[in-house]
Amino acid sequence: MWNFNKFKQSIAVIEPDGKEITYQELSEYCQELSRYIEPHSLIFNLCSNTLGSLVGYLSAIEHNNVPLMLDEHIDHKLLSNFCNLYHPRYLWANKKLPLNISGKEIFNKWGYSLIELTWPHYYPIYGKLALLLTTSGSMGSPKFVRLSYENILNNTESIIDYLKITSAERAITSLPMNYTFGLSVINSHLMQGAGIVLCPYTIIQREFWELIEKYQVTSLSGVPYTYEMLDKLRFQRRKLPCLQTLTQAGGKLSPELHEKFAQYAKENNKNFVVMYGQTEATARMGYLPPEQSLAKIGSMGIAIPGGLFSLVDAEGKTITQPETIGELVYQGKNVALGYAEDGNDLCKEDEFNGRLVTGDMAKFDADGYFYIVGRKKRFLKIFGNRVNLDETERLIKTRFQTLDCACAGIDDAMCIYITDNQKIKEVQKFVAETSNLNFVAFTVKYIEQIPKNEAGKTLYKELDKSA
Amino acid sequence: MTNLEKYTKAFMDTFEIDENQAINLKFQGIDAWDSVGHMGLIAALEESFDIMMEPDDIVDLNSFEKGKEILAKYNVEF
Repeated sequence: MWNFNKFKQSIAVIEPDGKEITYQELSEYCQELSRYIEPHSLIFNLCSNTLGSLVGYLSAIEHNNVPLMLDEHIDHKLLSNFCNLYHPRYLWANKKLPLNISGKEIFNKWGYSLIELTWPHYYPIYGKLALLLTTSGSMGSPKFVRLSYENILNNTESIIDYLKITSAERAITSLPMNYTFGLSVINSHLMQGAGIVLCPYTIIQREFWELIEKYQVTSLSGVPYTYEMLDKLRFQRRKLPCLQTLTQAGGKLSPELHEKFAQYAKENNKNFVVMYGQTEATARMGYLPPEQSLAKIGSMGIAIPGGLFSLVDAEGKTITQPETIGELVYQGKNVALGYAEDGNDLCKEDEFNGRLVTGDMAKFDADGYFYIVGRKKRFLKIFGNRVNLDETERLIKTRFQTLDCACAGIDDAMCIYITDNQKIKEVQKFVAETSNLNFVAFTVKYIEQIPKNEAGKTLYKELDKSA
Repeated sequence: MTNLEKYTKAFMDTFEIDENQAINLKFQGIDAWDSVGHMGLIAALEESFDIMMEPDDIVDLNSFEKGKEILAKYNVEF
């Protein structure tokens, strides 16, 4: 997959302490780790933006093992649930991480340990399966997206093409690598012989900005909430002459912020690139060419090179008229193979056949630029993470069996209605902990009864009126 | 309310914690004080003391103690 030998002496990775790792070293590290791993095994990579985690991912892809990427702070119960469902042969985790899983450490380096787990059997894995990523943040769903080598290669090449990434670029890890957007930044830079600054800090820490300046970072990526924080930090006033590109994905940016950052980019000779994607399309499906970012505020752009967008109406017919709303469909070689819900699904072949019905409602303008206007499926994006509303309801009802609940709201602000006013704090805490997201995103309100129709379906439109 | 009380209350309200937890708190010391929580804390402090904090101060405020030093720049005395 990677062409690390092409770039031998170039710097691939810079650690926060300044330690530089060349492509040749990175390639050797990948090989070293692979020697301890039985071919074509499933490996759970408990991710952090560190060298260990990165080598675990790169090595697995290069040597035909399948990494399943999880946040290292994943809830212990959830992790053991995933282990029981998928029977991973190995865990690759930070040495310092307390794990409740019994296994045998067979190798450790770069701060990470390789732990071998024993199962009565391992599930067979489809030969083209390369990678498993979560679908909905960390709400506990055992559903993963199955991605192939071709998916990764195709999407990475397309991203390199439209963002014009060269070997002179240097990105910083401002997003987790178990998150598809974060991973795509790593893929697209390492494929081109560019550099990655591994950063354990967030943008609201001084150290983050010190790393950007010290290592002359050229591109920065963020979700809508990142841009809200950047704005609050009056990012526009920072002198960052090396920074050339700002990319945004993971949900729709407010038109105000879109305009503000597009204007900033224009005045400072930088590129601001609004993008659109889903894990089911490896990462990226659409982008707004930076030269259009001021002219097309609110648009997520056009399909990436090699991809195709279309809109279908309720009858499944293709929409040809501009400004008509329909469901967005994407076709391209980066569309995933399908989903996995347990180990039995690892041997499945391609089920999506290059066509993804996105669940997003969209329209295009007379120039062919697409605008997301709503969602067909019931989920919210919370700080860039997809959180399914029905699944959240199920989780709450399972945990709190005496109450009824309904989840609604807007991006970054879920509203949870429950029928027990004694449990408001507890429910909020439970959802925050389960999702690993800050509790401020979840407002819990008391409601006497969840409004339902005769068939027992929740009437979401009635919720706000009656609460 | 004294300034210290107002200051402590901003932490307690933002992160839903008690006073003892607040006074020893550091960034990422609890789940609630992540980057999202941080922006909430800054908003609460700005509102309580009617100030606008400089970006450098926002990224420097990484503990309860440090925040007191920073607010001194805005003529908030403890």
